[in-house]
Amino acid sequence: MIRRALRARLGSRWIGPLAAGAVALLAAALLAAAGLALAGYEPVAAGRALVSGAFGSWERFASITLVRATPLILTGLAVALAFRAGVWNIGAEGQLYAGAVAAVWVGLAFPGAPAWLLLPGAMAAAAVAGGLWTLVPVGLKFRAGVGEVITTILMNFVAIHTVAWLVHGPLQEARGVFPQTDPVALAARLPRLGSGRLHAGFPVAVVLAGALWWLLRHSAWGFRVRAVGASARAAAVSGRIHTGRVVLGAFLLSGMLAGLAGGVEVAGVTFALYENLSPGYGYTAIAVALLAGLNPVAVLLAAGFFGVLQAGAAAMQRDVGVPAVWVSAIEALVILAVVAADRFLRRGVAGKGGG
Amino acid sequence: MDAAALQAFLEASVRLGAPLALAALGETISERAGVINIGLEGSIIGGALGGALGALLTGSPGAGVLAGAAAGTAIAGVFALFAIGLNADQIIVGTAATLGGLGITGVVYQSVFGATGTALTLPTLPALPLPGLSALPAVGPALFSQAWTTYLAYLLAPALWYYLFRTRWGLELRAVGEEPGAADAAGIRVRRTRVLAVLGAGFLAGIAGAHLALAHAGTFAEGMSAGRGFIAIAVVVLGRWNPLLVLLASLFFGAASALQFELQAVFANVPYQLLLAFPYLLTLAALAGWIGRSRAPAALARPWPPRSGE
Repeated sequence: MIRRALRARLGSRWIGPLAAGAVALLAAALLAAAGLALAGYEPVAAGRALVSGAFGSWERFASITLVRATPLILTGLAVALAFRAGVWNIGAEGQLYAGAVAAVWVGLAFPGAPAWLLLPGAMAAAAVAGGLWTLVPVGLKFRAGVGEVITTILMNFVAIHTVAWLVHGPLQEARGVFPQTDPVALAARLPRLGSGRLHAGFPVAVVLAGALWWLLRHSAWGFRVRAVGASARAAAVSGRIHTGRVVLGAFLLSGMLAGLAGGVEVAGVTFALYENLSPGYGYTAIAVALLAGLNPVAVLLAAGFFGVLQAGAAAMQRDVGVPAVWVSAIEALVILAVVAADRFLRRGVAGKGGG
Repeated sequence: MDAAALQAFLEASVRLGAPLALAALGETISERAGVINIGLEGSIIGGALGGALGALLTGSPGAGVLAGAAAGTAIAGVFALFAIGLNADQIIVGTAATLGGLGITGVVYQSVFGATGTALTLPTLPALPLPGLSALPAVGPALFSQAWTTYLAYLLAPALWYYLFRTRWGLELRAVGEEPGAADAAGIRVRRTRVLAVLGAGFLAGIAGAHLALAHAGTFAEGMSAGRGFIAIAVVVLGRWNPLLVLLASLFFGAASALQFELQAVFANVPYQLLLAFPYLLTLAALAGWIGRSRAPAALARPWPPRSGE
């Protein structure tokens, strides 16, 4: 019975999520259009501005949309992995900031180091810092039995205030004018791809998505993660899975991916640390992971979608005057629409109430 | 700290603790019914904007509080529709309610007041000194010279305690949160109980938001809830799901937040950004040191009826 329950949860993860995602996006788009119309904007013009802002030219698509999508891919993978293991890591935002701090620190502290050493060092430091930032929630979960939902969120606030302190205090630029760090050494920056602003972080994120997909799908570790996430009790009863160790590993790896997102953002885009470095990537990541049905390869598509949305929102504000803050409302709509579509589909497939 | 400073500190503690208490008391009831609503933050910010708009339109801060309560309830209603009506995951829907609340309040605020956001001056909830009590030495003015929404929190804590632990309805609500299967078999309507608990929590969170805008800040700013919904949920854990302890824990965190202003004055060399992180760190420390002896409702965050395969 346990095996059947496991298989039901682990079965085909492709058709359902894709269909649910498509239906959900359509519903969310219609609702958003209705909201825009209600607020007195021209929905068609807004949509056109969004599309041309995100796709207008290859240059624009690569330099804005894909660059925006890159941190969303990495944090989306972080959230997808955690949720797959049944770990409610809502703390990708804080872990991202921890990674950004570490990457900036490495990039500033060793200005003479060669690029082959400094860049990987900065990225490794970012990943480790993201992992370390999960330790307080991990410790509270395992030692005190406090759920990680609240503790990871609280750690986000701690991270944001710590960054504010760092850029006003110990890491502030030498001139001491703006609340930001000096730019990191050239050797700590990711190489650009082509003539635009697209950087090497994007292909790295794509490769990591593929690797995580393969690991979850085909490795013994991935099976254990999926089994624990589907039913921790069933996995523990099976006697072959050390549930605590699996949860711990997934939690740490999730934090590392989110930390890497911060490192890549610093090394590829901002080159410095400042407040509000992330426009909420760690929270958008939850919508990304859900839209992707927690599938790492689908995370690429979902992150691309939100990259389009965020890149297009700037154009929408510029051309049609729609405030960019609409994006977070639309993100919430997407989450709710995906959840609803998923429930209805499952109910339909199972053919009985409560699905 | 001299007497006047102490009084100011106590007054600030209560003023900052009251919205936490209102939101946390509501969340206590919804968690006792088995629903964790991390969309509380969305209800609070919705209540803040609703309160600000209501007070501006009517000129009456009291009407503003009602409008805030309505906005908080509406956002909780969306949460209930998805998390209970559709049986979707409570954490995911709660995240969406928070994101959506922050987004929609930003959208409404910017479309009403323009993207730059003029500084609003709102009709504020005045302090209502209670005759006699407010004359008590030291604590009198701090506790009993506050806006009426603060007194609401004082009254709700014992009332909700009595409701939860001394009435049949409270017993039924707790049964829904502990053993929904048994409660269902006993003829208790599990989902209806949960929906009502969530709406009530949204109502109180909306009042908490209105209190922030009308009694505390005197203005509305985007994102002014500043994570209070999440701290309120932590406060529920610290208060061990007991309304009386939850009120005390809320005032304790009000004091922690007020202390940060005192610390800024005393330790001028400690960067204030670190002091801003202090309430969150204190919450984490308190969770670490305190929780071992308490237990969450058994069916917390579990959907009802259970989904297949669980």
